[in-house]
Amino acid sequence: MSKMINPMQADVALDRSRVTDHGKGKVEVNAQDLTYRELNLLLRVVCDEGAKHLLLKNVNGQRYIATDLPPVKIDIEGCAGNDLGVFMNGCEITVNSNCQDAVGNTMNAGSIIVHGHSSDIAGFAMRGGKVYIRDNSGYRCGIHMKEYEDKIPVLVVGGVAHDFLGEYMAGGVLLLLNRPSVQGATEFGEMPSDLIPSHHIGTGMHGGVIYLRGRVEPYQLGAEVAPVDFTDKDTETLHHEIDEYCNHFEVSDDERQELKDSEYVKLIPVSHRPYGKMYAS
Amino acid sequence: MSFPKHLSSSWQLHGEKIIAACGLIGFMNRDKSLTDGSDIIKAIANMKERSNGLGGGFAGYGIYPDHADQYAFHLMYMDESARVTTEEFLHEHFSIVAAEIIPTDPTAHVHNPPLLWRYFVDVEAASVVNEDESDYVVRLSLEVNDRIEGAFVSSCGKNMGIFKGVGYPEDVGEFFRLYDYKGYTWLSHGRFPTNTQGWWGGCHPFGLLDWAVVHNGELSSYGTNMRHLEMYDYKCTLMTDTEVVAYTIDLLMRKHGLPIEMVEKVIASPLWEAIDRMPEDERVVTEALRRVYGPLLFNGPFSFIIADSERMIGITDRIRLRPLVVATHGPTYYLSSEEASIREICPEPEQIWMPRGGQAAATELYETAKTTNKEEVVTG
Repeated sequence: MSKMINPMQADVALDRSRVTDHGKGKVEVNAQDLTYRELNLLLRVVCDEGAKHLLLKNVNGQRYIATDLPPVKIDIEGCAGNDLGVFMNGCEITVNSNCQDAVGNTMNAGSIIVHGHSSDIAGFAMRGGKVYIRDNSGYRCGIHMKEYEDKIPVLVVGGVAHDFLGEYMAGGVLLLLNRPSVQGATEFGEMPSDLIPSHHIGTGMHGGVIYLRGRVEPYQLGAEVAPVDFTDKDTETLHHEIDEYCNHFEVSDDERQELKDSEYVKLIPVSHRPYGKMYAS
Repeated sequence: MSFPKHLSSSWQLHGEKIIAACGLIGFMNRDKSLTDGSDIIKAIANMKERSNGLGGGFAGYGIYPDHADQYAFHLMYMDESARVTTEEFLHEHFSIVAAEIIPTDPTAHVHNPPLLWRYFVDVEAASVVNEDESDYVVRLSLEVNDRIEGAFVSSCGKNMGIFKGVGYPEDVGEFFRLYDYKGYTWLSHGRFPTNTQGWWGGCHPFGLLDWAVVHNGELSSYGTNMRHLEMYDYKCTLMTDTEVVAYTIDLLMRKHGLPIEMVEKVIASPLWEAIDRMPEDERVVTEALRRVYGPLLFNGPFSFIIADSERMIGITDRIRLRPLVVATHGPTYYLSSEEASIREICPEPEQIWMPRGGQAAATELYETAKTTNKEEVVTG
């Protein structure tokens, strides 16, 4: 018996000719020219009917993919639209191309592996799960990530990110690997490759941790963060995430070792309650 | 501020508000090869979620090869009397080579279209006194908007035209039968009007001479910008912030001859702390631009695409509160709010990147680039 469909979707056409069942829970869906409502309704229905592994073909810009799905595996071919995995709870998504704004928006659990870049606000308000972006990310990546007890979200960017990374971060782990091989030439212009190109890093941050491979000048940091020394626990986290990243994107053993041996900057908030004093006494 | 004359009638449309954000896309074939209007319709339709049916529009360059040397005036009229008055006005100031109704498809889903006419006109040398020809065209076109009840000039450039109206952009494109035109540069805009009503004249692109501008965001500096532009006789009559972008670009680039590298420092100036860190030469120039052109700083979140017959430029506000993606494939240069809309017409672009806030992504025709380089050799 299929679950009840949201009445908001009652007017959306359900095009079953888009679905090919490959058996054993593996279902292919052709997203060509579907609106996001048509696509997401279709995905919801096939999951309700028992699909465990979705292959989405010809995706191009459809929004909110996986937002209301049970924890299934999803392979996306094409450019995923805004808010990929928004509010997602446990899906494992792989995108073979780029994704757009707000990937992983407020996701609760699961993973998103992007074999390409993401545009702005990646990991927006993540509260759990993991996002790995092979190449660069846009403005404000990791904005307002948060954590609670064992729910600690992780966002790893293989290249570099634009300004305001980790803005208003309240928890979680944000790691920038600054790999020269995945950075576009045009984007950041000529600059020393060890200098992270972002400005206003960690502005308004009051929880969590940012690790940056390379160096930053003090003027690149928001007023609320400061570099601190590494502990053994940091090294452990870092090596674990580097391994995960390298496994997802088939990075050579030499580069994996190089990433582990490199110098990193660790940033944490200077105060956990930046506005606490404002209301005290 | 008084309510503009155009908004007093059925030109306006009150619809149910759907939350969205504007969508922009533009592409330029830098080798001047021609593409018909169906590609740009397809690309903007991919971003349907960004518009809400209250406005869409297009600009095409190279679309009037038979009248390439004449100014192409695109006019919207509320009624026949506006047409009669405007045509008298045009006759008085220009030599009209051709006048025709803009062909449309009446079955397309648009709301309350006005009368749509275009005129190909020459400027008689004798008519232009104490100003150059471009200023003459600008002045008279603004005069139509300001003074003639029920008439609105949507574009007045050479070998280009702006087609816009109330509806979803893909429907507006069908309405204007854009697949019947071939151009080397196309811009499009899907509108989600936030602060002003959806009406035909207020849709994007905005044009002046060869300029066309499409815009996502809002300019909280509109009042300051508008008052500064008024000093240079630009009259803002359309009750929408994008108008000041078109006039600012015209003032800075055409009249004052600033290169785009300087224009970006005026309209999306770096923050003062960043200026302080610049190398001496750059700092001096940037500070001077801030002093001279302070009132033309655009504040608030924005991204826009500007084109003229030779260039296409995309820029966001300095902290990039609105999206912009750039891609290239062979001779074609793309700018868009979303990567997917580019991929809709160019599935695998050679390069895709996101420009930094306040940093223009600018390109020009190969033939223009060649001329510019020659000049550099001569002067350098």
